[in-house]
Amino acid sequence: MIEAKYISKFFSDTMVLNSISVKFEKGRNNLIIGRSGAGKTVLLKCLVGLHEVDDGYIDFDGRDFSHMNRKNRKEIRKEMGMLFQGGALFDSFSVEENVMFPLNMFTQMSEEEKLDRVNLVLKRVNLVNANHLMPGELSGGMIKRVAIARAISNSPKYLFCDEPNSGLDPNTADVIDELIAEITEEYNIVTIVNSHDMNSVLKIGDHIIFIHEGKVAWQGNRDEILSSDNELLNDFVFSTELTKRLKRKK
Amino acid sequence: MKLFYRIGQYLILMKQVLAKPEKRSVFFRQLMTEFNAIGVDSFGIVVIISIFMGAVVSILVAYNLENPLIPKTMIGYTSREMAILEFSPTMISLILAGKVGSSIASQIGTMRVTEQIDALEIMGINPANFLIFPKLIAAIFIHPALIVFSMAVSIFGGYMVGIFTNLFTVSEYISGLRSWFDPFSIFYALIKTVVFAIIIVTIAGYQGYIIKGGSIDVGRASTKAVVYASILIIIFNLILTQLLLI
Ligand SMILES: Nc1ncnc2c1ncn2[C@@H]1O[C@H](COP(=O)(O)OP(=O)(O)OP(=O)(O)O)[C@@H](O)[C@H]1O
Ligand SMILES: [Mg+2]
Repeated sequence: MIEAKYISKFFSDTMVLNSISVKFEKGRNNLIIGRSGAGKTVLLKCLVGLHEVDDGYIDFDGRDFSHMNRKNRKEIRKEMGMLFQGGALFDSFSVEENVMFPLNMFTQMSEEEKLDRVNLVLKRVNLVNANHLMPGELSGGMIKRVAIARAISNSPKYLFCDEPNSGLDPNTADVIDELIAEITEEYNIVTIVNSHDMNSVLKIGDHIIFIHEGKVAWQGNRDEILSSDNELLNDFVFSTELTKRLKRKK
Repeated sequence: MKLFYRIGQYLILMKQVLAKPEKRSVFFRQLMTEFNAIGVDSFGIVVIISIFMGAVVSILVAYNLENPLIPKTMIGYTSREMAILEFSPTMISLILAGKVGSSIASQIGTMRVTEQIDALEIMGINPANFLIFPKLIAAIFIHPALIVFSMAVSIFGGYMVGIFTNLFTVSEYISGLRSWFDPFSIFYALIKTVVFAIIIVTIAGYQGYIIKGGSIDVGRASTKAVVYASILIIIFNLILTQLLLI
């Protein structure tokens, strides 16, 4: 379990996160939702330590991550996988080398074992025969899938995804969502996903955290989200004309 | 004020760079790649520049030695000294600051803006060490090799002038090359070279590493890398010459 307690984050004088406390349990899909600029990415980056929090702490299964030095953090980081919004694949490496990279750095596996593992995770994300392509030769959806494969290749305990399906067509977006949900359940890991796509929220949102202006404005699951009477949340959830009309009809 | 901030930031980055690599086998693989990128790929430009500069230097010396009391062997001697002491180490380093420095800054800068550096960080890797250290080690070894090679080629450039013109003869040139040789001048040149190599790689790495923003900033960082590395090379050239030769 990852637990954030009272975390705040400032950029010069603006407060982007305002005393956020939230628990992310394992084996379920934790979704962070909110408007553009609400602070989702900043929250995710604070959780993984790419931004330092100005206040509060973050705890990974009883280990106080936010006050650790670099050396101790490394042990937890080896258990993390992260899918960046743009993929962040290493562009001088092929697909295979990208996915193998965490194994090369942190395991003592033989070449053969590593290759088996790489092929297994690539198959998991439905990418076969792409081993020797370079990142520049991939489509947006393929990049996301390779990035997921890289994030899970060294069997992480914590998986972070920043807008895994932004910029993808609805079908591919669906496939990516399903993939994340399956992986979470299969490996029983802590998964945290940033999203502003209501489709994925309703599809995979086991635990939904709605962020508004740097605060947690609502939490619940996908069944509760449609019947909530939280106004801020309703503004976000029923933001399109279609959903507004449907809601009125109901 | 900002200068002090930059220097502090640079020193902190260097502290991260100078660490034990995460995995030796990966490090050696990277080192080989960098030997290629920094060294082998620069041989062509070093040859061309050195041969022409060597030729020009010997012609200039010959034209300026009109006094019949000064022996023509001075031409070979002076050309050699100029190549070893100044022209090869400094001039070629300035060229490499442009070629190698800009490519390091833009490579690392691109990795920064596309979050590849963050991705390394998340995996528990020290990105500064992973990205800059192999380049630094490669440059410290390959840069002096390039410079010694440049010295030889530029002396050969003067030799070619002896063959194709009647400014001086080949035998005058060679006997000049052989006279009054002090091995310390090579040592001096190599020390300068190593310092210049460190300047080029670390300044370029720093400029790329600290980028915030997008692709415009990558271009800006690579320009800054070249400009600052060149200025520092010129300054350290003076300092080291003062320290070592006087
Ligand atoms: N490095 C930074 N420096 C200064 N301000 C920042 C920085 N990163 C984010 N911010 C500010 O923090 C706020 C929240 O940004 P954040 O990227 O978390 O939004 P988001 O919820 O992820 O939005 P989106 O859905 O568009 O990705 C924004 O107002 C942004 O301007
Ligand atoms: Mg975001």
